[in-house]
Amino acid sequence: MTVLGSLCLWLALLVGVWGALAGLVGGLKGRRDLQRSAQHAVFAMCAALLVAVFSLEWALFKHDFNVEYVAAYTSQNLPIFYLWSALYAGQKGSLLFWATVLSVFGSLALLFTAPRHRELSPYVAGVVCAVTAFFVSVMLLGQANPFERLPFTPLDGNGLNPQLQNPGMVFHPPMLYLGYISITIPFAFAIAALLSKKLDADWLVAIRKWTLLSWLFLSVGICLGMWWAYVELGWGGYWAWDPVENASLLPWLTMTAFLHSVMIQEKRGMLKKWNLALIIGSWLLSIFGTFITRSGVISSVHSFTQSNVGYFFLFFLIAAAVASFALYATRLPLLAAEAKLESMVSREATFLFNNLLFIGIAFSVLWGTLFPILSELVQGTKVTVGPPFFNQVNIPLGLALLALTGIGPLVAWRRASIPNLRRQFAVPATAGTFTWLVLLVAGMRDFYALMAIGLGAFVAATVVQEFARGVRARHRQYREGYALALGRLLAGNRRRYGGYIVHTGILILFIAFAGMAFKTEMEATLKPGESASLRSPYGWTYSFTHLGISQYDALNRQVTAATVEVSRNGKKVGILTTEKRQHVDGFGRPTFQPSTEVGIMSDLREDLYGVLAGVVGGTEQAVFRFTINPLVWWVWYGGMVVALGGLIVMWPGGSPAVKRSQAGYAVRLVGEAK
Amino acid sequence: MNAGTKFAIGATLIVGSVGYLMASGVKKTGQYFLTPSELSQKVAVDPSFYDVGMKVGARVVPGSVTRDVATQTLRFQVTDGSAHYPVVYRGLPPDTFTDSVEVVVEGRLQKDGVIYATTVLAKCGSRYEAVPKA
Repeated sequence: MTVLGSLCLWLALLVGVWGALAGLVGGLKGRRDLQRSAQHAVFAMCAALLVAVFSLEWALFKHDFNVEYVAAYTSQNLPIFYLWSALYAGQKGSLLFWATVLSVFGSLALLFTAPRHRELSPYVAGVVCAVTAFFVSVMLLGQANPFERLPFTPLDGNGLNPQLQNPGMVFHPPMLYLGYISITIPFAFAIAALLSKKLDADWLVAIRKWTLLSWLFLSVGICLGMWWAYVELGWGGYWAWDPVENASLLPWLTMTAFLHSVMIQEKRGMLKKWNLALIIGSWLLSIFGTFITRSGVISSVHSFTQSNVGYFFLFFLIAAAVASFALYATRLPLLAAEAKLESMVSREATFLFNNLLFIGIAFSVLWGTLFPILSELVQGTKVTVGPPFFNQVNIPLGLALLALTGIGPLVAWRRASIPNLRRQFAVPATAGTFTWLVLLVAGMRDFYALMAIGLGAFVAATVVQEFARGVRARHRQYREGYALALGRLLAGNRRRYGGYIVHTGILILFIAFAGMAFKTEMEATLKPGESASLRSPYGWTYSFTHLGISQYDALNRQVTAATVEVSRNGKKVGILTTEKRQHVDGFGRPTFQPSTEVGIMSDLREDLYGVLAGVVGGTEQAVFRFTINPLVWWVWYGGMVVALGGLIVMWPGGSPAVKRSQAGYAVRLVGEAK
Repeated sequence: MNAGTKFAIGATLIVGSVGYLMASGVKKTGQYFLTPSELSQKVAVDPSFYDVGMKVGARVVPGSVTRDVATQTLRFQVTDGSAHYPVVYRGLPPDTFTDSVEVVVEGRLQKDGVIYATTVLAKCGSRYEAVPKA
């Protein structure tokens, strides 16, 4: 099977190179035969890569430890659930996963999106082929072929790193990869539009949903990553501004900016250059993220081991950046705006500021991530910046952005009038101020938390107001019941109201982040029966009583578990169990270092987070770290609301032709109203 | 003043404050990231370099780790091949910490030649890549 796999990789590489050339030449010369050939190349590549994935999975499931990749990441006693996920657990397999998923997305785009945009499709096929071929070539030429065999056959494999043996880890990497990978499709359409000089709104319609899809995958992937870090790594938080985390945040920021600014182009014909640059930039950032994770250039706790694969990515990144921006520069004269900004108090202006803030945040995150390298180049000594830098810069910017989340939807397009502003802002501004005063009176003094929650209330009120007005209008006009009116309102304008739901999710996230300002933590060494107590920010006192240690063997690990009884103000509320796990191979020999399993008790207000740090040799005396993390549950809840809103916006329905005419109509209506 | 100019002023304000936040952030929170030999050179040239917050990236000397679970104190040596420094850390080391692992130690070097660490990060290729069998 590995021979078949390798063969498929070579086949995919050759077909990919052909497809890239055929697409480019066919498009430029207008040759139908070459254009068709390029499209077929994408399908052929997709088929070859799927067979390659199948061969690798076959080797994984058959425990063919003669294959180096199988021996390195799995073992006889690895639970089946994690066996198939070993496909993307290591560098080589994840490259294969990347290439395959890209060819699948490319095929889907050619089947469903491209037929409506005939002039773009050969170039789209060409770009997809080129990028996929690059990833395949890294595997074949960068000594990263997952089908490589060992000169001998080990009796058992190394097994999967215990920290990856967590359900979150089965879904987090592929979600993130799907997000990274699917940005290639909007990028391919952008390049196609530039090459074909068809730079009207047509290509935008083609890619809006693809960008949204990619944004949705990234959002879910980032949230799952936070969840995994929180429950598995045991340091008591979910975001540490690690370079790899930052790398996933960067394209998310630029894509979120794009999803807003694209509305201005659709409605007013402005920001064409900006939008193209954002798409190209997002794609480059996704490749940059892949480069960061795989090269070891920047020290991160997450990276794959250092390898020469990094050079391939660096070269590709630079070549792609130069090529795309050179092409972009030659087409700038075709991208003139059709309208001008008319007033500072307009929807357009709020979107422009929103975009500036997103890009500002993205730039500062990129700067902070690259700072060790930049400072070494300039000063000769590495200087690093850590979480305090990112927090100091991004908390104020994030709060400004949160304020705009509320202001934007309230301000009219083109030019807002004073009475209009008064009508729109009265309720939300009151709600925000009221919440703020209540918190102040209740004794909250943390400035940023006060701002976050006050602004959160303001944004929530804008969303409620928008929904309430829409529902009331339907109720009056069509005599629908309120529930029905709400459903029809959502279904009739999914983009707008789905967007509001995303905003709701974001404000929930902000409030949850603010909760971390009140985190409290302690370490304690306890004998059985002893207890330690910790005061919660809500004012009550928790006490943690160490009940004892138990040791037992499980499927592929030896477990040392500590049981802790938790009581709040003297009343028992539950039991926390936290473990140390030593993973073993099929012969009972230890593999990997011991790992910690966190004990978490959550409710809507706060999480109690207990970590067993160690047991004093031979006794039941144990060292614990207890943390109270307020509002953490709302991070996961906010993430789900964001995903739900994204899905509502994405949900298929309505033909594109209708949508286009609606967009044009909206402008006319606004124009006539003046 | 037309809207374009007003917007330009607003944009300059935003860009300016982003720039200011970044510059002051680097100034306030930037830390040297040194190898043990770079650190010993720095200290030799500039004695005021003691008691300055910094990060040291190095390898743990195999066999140098002693743990005292009861007081949660960890002592070990780090090296980059030429210079050595002893490290004292009170707190919980990460799961991935063993001897011979690559670490990033955040802390201050004191006059007694010991780095008192506030955090210890184990940089570990095995996060994704399995450890080669010894």
